[in-house]
Amino acid sequence: MHSNNLWVIFLSFFIALVFSIVSLPDALPVELGYLRPQWVALVLIYWVIALPFRVGIVVAWVAGIALDVLLGSLLGQHALALIIVAYVASSLYQRLRMFAIWQQSGIVFAIVGLNQLANFWIESISGVAEWNMWYLLSSVVSALVWPWVFLVLRYSRRLFAVS
Amino acid sequence: MLALSVLSLVLLALDHYSTRLDSTRSVIGVLVTPVVVIADYPSRAVMGLQENFASRAAMREQIAQMAQEQLLLRAKTEKMASLTAENNRLRNLLGSAAKLLDNVLVAELIVVDPDPERHEVIIDKGSYSGVFIGQPLLDAEGLMGQVIEVGVYTSRVLLITDESHGVPVQVNRNNLRLIAQGTGAKGLLELVHVPDTADIKEGDLLVSSGLGDRFPAGYPVGVVNRVVHDPGEPFAVVTAVPSAFLARSRHVLLVFSEAGGLKAKSRPATDSSL
Repeated sequence: MHSNNLWVIFLSFFIALVFSIVSLPDALPVELGYLRPQWVALVLIYWVIALPFRVGIVVAWVAGIALDVLLGSLLGQHALALIIVAYVASSLYQRLRMFAIWQQSGIVFAIVGLNQLANFWIESISGVAEWNMWYLLSSVVSALVWPWVFLVLRYSRRLFAVS
Repeated sequence: MLALSVLSLVLLALDHYSTRLDSTRSVIGVLVTPVVVIADYPSRAVMGLQENFASRAAMREQIAQMAQEQLLLRAKTEKMASLTAENNRLRNLLGSAAKLLDNVLVAELIVVDPDPERHEVIIDKGSYSGVFIGQPLLDAEGLMGQVIEVGVYTSRVLLITDESHGVPVQVNRNNLRLIAQGTGAKGLLELVHVPDTADIKEGDLLVSSGLGDRFPAGYPVGVVNRVVHDPGEPFAVVTAVPSAFLARSRHVLLVFSEAGGLKAKSRPATDSSL
């Protein structure tokens, strides 16, 4: 347990959760909130690709429940969406490892888009949200952020020899 | 996969249709409190830096201004005390229960909800400080919203501008009773079902009416900024700007009004105060 440095995984999820709720300066327009990348989903996709035997659906579910409590959404909403993310990523992980980073970004766009759709479905069924294109914009931003998330996490995985 | 998906769906259904998961939520809420505290740190640090680098002259000016303001407020409070006493005496004579004394607890806003679809904020007081669901929240300028979720050290507050929120109000000038509904746009309220013949005009101050037993009476809610009489519509279109600096005030007040508090405690909370 100690030699595997699993705390790096925990820390990366912790930081992703912080990034998902940190408030933007009041001077910026509120619409920027829609552009926020889905940090937890990105970190989850990375670890599923890198260590599929460590991080999978259970971790996705736990992170999703934490996100639900932090964001005040229905308990289980982000959990369900992230389970889907983890499932898709884990069924594609061998192919994703072979891809160049920009190709991965394309797949990340699709997977995060799926995550956004799942969130939107649940929100619309419970009568919170109305559809607007902003939902998909977040997955565009996530795809653009992906290369940096990937490089930072790969660097820290190698640095601390997480396995 | 299947088991956890089904579990998530069950949780979703339970959370949507009942309040049974509230305690689970607050337990998990305590576990994730570190995330909230750290997420709040940047804005707190920026404020600290601003204070550190403010010039001496600016500080002195600010102190002088505050001293002056305090003097003015004190003079007002002196008058207020005698007026409150008189008002309560008169109300006693009338046999009315409403009293003009509310206890308040100062809280600090820690996180503004990142989702622009919801107008919610998180404050740094929870059940540990006696916060309860349905408790009204004010800032120095007016009514901000109500508590919808209580953790041990933090609570979540629904702002009056959220689409699902309504406040019973009355026009201060003539006691016309109306309902101010949130619009989902920051800084805009909508008055619903206002008859075309109603006596309401731009600049009217709206105060909470105390109907609905949720908000204490007499706190400013907003100022009417637009009245449109459209002959094709059954009602006049009236909008108002909230008095409170929603999501901009750092320091906020939680109100413990005796009557409202007890009632809110003994009754299962609903989302809206209607």
